[in-house]
Amino acid sequence: MIKSANYTRVGAKDRRSKMDIAAYETLTQAVQRQAAETPERTALIVLGETGEEFEISAGEFHRQASQYAWALAGAGIGAEDLVILVLRHSPELLFAFWGALYLGTIGSIFPFLTDRLDPEIYLERVRELVIHARARAVITYPEFEPRLKSLLAGADCQVMSVADVIQASGQPSAAQSWQSFSAEKIAFLQHSSGTTGLQKGVALSHRSVLNQIRAYSRAIELNSQDVIVSWLPLYHDMGLIAGFVMPLVAGVPLVLMSPFKWVVDPKTLLWAIHQWRGTLCWLPNFAYNHMARVIRQPDLKGLDLSSMRAFINCSEPVYLHSHAVFASKLALHGVKSEMLSTCYAMAENTFAVTQNPVGAPARTDWVSLRELQEQRRAVAVEPGAPGSTAMVSCGFPIDGTQVRIVDEGGEILPERRVGEIALRSDCMLSGYYRRPELTEEAIRSGWYFTGDMGYLAEGELFVTGRKKDLIIVGGKNIYPQDLEAIASQISGVVPGRCAAFGLYDAELGSEKIVMVCEVDEAGLAAQGYKSLELELRKRVVQQSEVALSDVRLVSRRWLLKTSSGKVARSVNRDKYLREFGQEDDIEVE
Amino acid sequence: MDIEAALSDYIRSQVLKRPKYELGTDDPLISSGLIDSFHLVDLALFIEETFGVRIDDTELNAETFDTLSELTKLVRQRGG
Repeated sequence: MIKSANYTRVGAKDRRSKMDIAAYETLTQAVQRQAAETPERTALIVLGETGEEFEISAGEFHRQASQYAWALAGAGIGAEDLVILVLRHSPELLFAFWGALYLGTIGSIFPFLTDRLDPEIYLERVRELVIHARARAVITYPEFEPRLKSLLAGADCQVMSVADVIQASGQPSAAQSWQSFSAEKIAFLQHSSGTTGLQKGVALSHRSVLNQIRAYSRAIELNSQDVIVSWLPLYHDMGLIAGFVMPLVAGVPLVLMSPFKWVVDPKTLLWAIHQWRGTLCWLPNFAYNHMARVIRQPDLKGLDLSSMRAFINCSEPVYLHSHAVFASKLALHGVKSEMLSTCYAMAENTFAVTQNPVGAPARTDWVSLRELQEQRRAVAVEPGAPGSTAMVSCGFPIDGTQVRIVDEGGEILPERRVGEIALRSDCMLSGYYRRPELTEEAIRSGWYFTGDMGYLAEGELFVTGRKKDLIIVGGKNIYPQDLEAIASQISGVVPGRCAAFGLYDAELGSEKIVMVCEVDEAGLAAQGYKSLELELRKRVVQQSEVALSDVRLVSRRWLLKTSSGKVARSVNRDKYLREFGQEDDIEVE
Repeated sequence: MDIEAALSDYIRSQVLKRPKYELGTDDPLISSGLIDSFHLVDLALFIEETFGVRIDDTELNAETFDTLSELTKLVRQRGG
């Protein structure tokens, strides 16, 4: 690794790649060839949380990744074995992920511990994943090694620390070459968070990932002048593909910063774009609001974002208002409306499904809200007409991906009719890892049923909502059943009598989570409302990635059930809004 | 205005969006998730604008302050 002292400004030397993605059959070939042909070219610039900068060349990346592959091989880990990476957002994580690929093992990135999560519960989650997915190795830091080793004592899984990797015998050279695999081989898994998400490892082949990179590169006109700037975590498809694998394979320089640093100091992303003349940046919708809200005008003095081609809004519902506040905050710094692009993506399609043409603002479709909600039709009306809502286009399907809208019976719906979004492509998942029954449920006759609702108009996709009760907070998928299971374990809360749901918060540009739980009289009397509420909030924060925005403890039989006896989340969401939304102490904006 | 009352007002009305919420001076704010990471940044901005006291990014965690009384003390110590 080269410390910032030796830093050379990107673009100062002509050492760009030739963008020759078509020639490769596997992801590993692409990176090995770049290491051999243009070893000095800057592949990555990683910005640490305390301001340090690391510039990593294509050759250095290959050497470091090879070291991980070497260490895994030395520990007896072989092709097809699952390797879980429990590492911070750091160069080590990037090297370990690629080392696992070189060796032909299947790598998967586990979200790293945050300061709110309980470490003991966190490591127990790692153990659960290792056991049910039958992982053969975990790579982590020395401080977690003893505890994980004892937790995994009975499992056929090696716990390795990054310190062991550095000491592994045999120093791979730059010329180290790793054998090639079939394009159909599983390259890696993507998981979403929570207990439910960990059950569904999305297995992607080299072929699928390369097909995605080829098609998506065309859609965004990725070229040798591009510089990608990202703060996105790598355990999520947007961060992993757009913010790591695609730039690496395509030979486009990537400037990567920490998600934790970005949240507390989002201006650092904009200054990184300024410094490295960034051209592309992917962001979830809430990020536009967050930056517009908390960045102070004096901190933007001299900032120039005119190098940007597109800020691409992806991974949670896109709102016109979020683009407007962002553009207005940064108009003086070179942000133009045609830079505000959109994308619809999911791990099951490797990443992108649709993309708005870069260089033109995403189209806004004004439709009648009533027709949309009651008749499930997108009836176009005059912009801003009373009773209308603005739908922002997610663009056109990328090459090799077909999108259709289907009704509950699976029949194809015409344009402007709302139904479930289904897709078929050459970059789809091979299946959910070791879960054939889940794969069979999701893929029918070659079509993947996304669970998202939307409509097509003039070939463009508009996403209107979700079929499932999934909550999306800050771009993260949160399964309400995970939160309800946490609440059900608290003494005083009636087990199984809880409902978690999301409510859109226009100020945040994302959903906030509300939880309503039935409590028994005795439990309430023993603990008191307030302490029970705080206990519930605390447990959720320690065991999940999110905080609850509102909690209501209610008496027995408050929650409404479906005919099958399940707590119906959407019905209880409406009841919550009726009962507590009108309360004078809740501000409904 | 009293520092603690101003902070309490801000948290109840702007973060929790429940002005009548009974927020105790020793209720955990960060470790309980009452204030999430996005709103923590908003809170730091509010404190800087209102009291002229800077709370660094690296201090936005439960170790630095977790309750209204701890936060009030912090602001007061720094001359707010």
